[in-house]
Amino acid sequence: MSLILQDLTVRRDGCPTVDHVTLSVPAGSFVGLIGPNGAGKTTLMQAALGLIPSEGQSDLATLPPARRARRAAWLPQAREIAWPIPVEALVRLGRRADPDRRADAAAVAEAMAALDVTHLASRRATELSGGELARVLIARLLAQRTPLILADEPVAGLDPSHQFAVMELFARLAQQGRTVIASIHDLALAARFCHRLVLMDRGRLVADGHPSDVLTPARLEQVFGVSGAFVPTPAGPVFVTLPPPPGSCAPAPPEP
Amino acid sequence: MRRDARLLVVLAALVAALALASLLTGPAGAGPRAGLQALWTGEGPLGIVLREIRAPRTVLAIMVGASLGLSGAALQGYLRNPLAEPGLIGISASAALGAVIAIQAGVSALALGVPFAALGGALGGVALILGLAGRRAGGLGLILGGIAVSALAGALTALVLNLSPNPFAAYDIMFWTMGSLADRSWGHVLTAAPLMLAGWLALARTGRDLDALSLGEEAAASMGVNLPRLRLAVVLGSAAAVGAATAVVGAIGFVGLVVPHLLRGAVGAMPSRLLPASGLGGAALVLAADVAVRMILPERDLKLGVMMALVGAPVFLHLIWRTQAGR
Repeated sequence: MSLILQDLTVRRDGCPTVDHVTLSVPAGSFVGLIGPNGAGKTTLMQAALGLIPSEGQSDLATLPPARRARRAAWLPQAREIAWPIPVEALVRLGRRADPDRRADAAAVAEAMAALDVTHLASRRATELSGGELARVLIARLLAQRTPLILADEPVAGLDPSHQFAVMELFARLAQQGRTVIASIHDLALAARFCHRLVLMDRGRLVADGHPSDVLTPARLEQVFGVSGAFVPTPAGPVFVTLPPPPGSCAPAPPEP
Repeated sequence: MRRDARLLVVLAALVAALALASLLTGPAGAGPRAGLQALWTGEGPLGIVLREIRAPRTVLAIMVGASLGLSGAALQGYLRNPLAEPGLIGISASAALGAVIAIQAGVSALALGVPFAALGGALGGVALILGLAGRRAGGLGLILGGIAVSALAGALTALVLNLSPNPFAAYDIMFWTMGSLADRSWGHVLTAAPLMLAGWLALARTGRDLDALSLGEEAAASMGVNLPRLRLAVVLGSAAAVGAATAVVGAIGFVGLVVPHLLRGAVGAMPSRLLPASGLGGAALVLAADVAVRMILPERDLKLGVMMALVGAPVFLHLIWRTQAGR
């Protein structure tokens, strides 16, 4: 088992934003965490890491911070870089927790190659485009070489080909026995690449399983207020989101 | 890393050259050779001048400059803001308040009475900031706490001046707050040294954590950085270094702001590499300014703080202009 959460609950001003979530993720899986805005996806991952106080149990949160950093890497949603640090030095920051200095150069080069940012190595991070910076920050995550990776909307803001590349990379890491948990808003990407989807709504875990079992029309309408279907294509079945069927009780669009 | 070593060697050489210039500059007007000889032997009136007046002044300039440069770099790294400087967290203002109260109370007659009172003021200010900014608050709490403490200390300083029945004390206070290295003794050096050293040690150890913090507080925490401890090290370290500096030489602005700014490009903007460079750069800048005040107006006691602001503000304006133009 790579991550075990038991009755994890996070309260903000008394209201639970994550409500008794129990989840276990075995090594070698790529889990997509989906749900509408404010469902508690980010909070769940932060609590699992022990970055915010929570009730219940997470096997990660009980580790001392330095050991946790060798076991799990975290990509926050905000793409922040405070100083005009060269890209290679930024990726190297991910090597902080690992005491093995000899592995640094290889880990950094490998991570930069995997995210297609090797050609940016000496550019200043503050001068990159949003998508380039996002890829450089994912390279930092990868350079940490942890068995477990938690990423908050890793593909948001990337161009389609790099979205595919990042999702394929995560799927490949899972095949190699590592574990990736990523929150994703693009349901088509999530359905295509994740072995398993975990659907959250209002702090609760409402569905957990294979994409075709989680993305049912009834659940889509109930949680997201949209419809959707798996459409056969030459490249295999592809999930598309569709407008809600007429007469549904989905939330009405705001008045103009 | 080799580039770093070269930069540090260049800066150290600059400090050494300016220290020599500082030792050989003064109203006694001896030649360089006679000066160095007198420093070596300590004989005659010139020996006393060099050993008891110029040497402590030079050593103090290096210590004060290093404290300001190092604290500025650490605070900018911690707050992730190039506009942060040691004065921002209210240490200089509260140290000044301590000194002002001591001068008003007539403690200045005692040797080192004013520095010790200023140290007390700085410690009071730090306690207040840490109390105000809370344990879990981020950088913003620290900035706001610092502004509040600065405002309070400034108001109380003004009140003391306002109600001062003694015009000479008011005059003394005004000159003290301008900051100067003139007429400082080994007593001043020894008063400031222990606290400054403690501050330097605390700040020097924050480098790796500050690097990780470049990625934001959340990413840094996930990589194993203990944020509350880092914050304590940065605040207490700069408070100790800058509080001790202000206590013995008065308020000196711009060093902690301009030096990290000037050197950031040379170290690839990495906070850990900026720390030592900024310490040496601060020492060089204060030494240069202290030599300049003695050369520009030898007869009139031009204050170091005034000189620094006169040079520092235009340099800072130029930097801002250059950054804006570069965009």
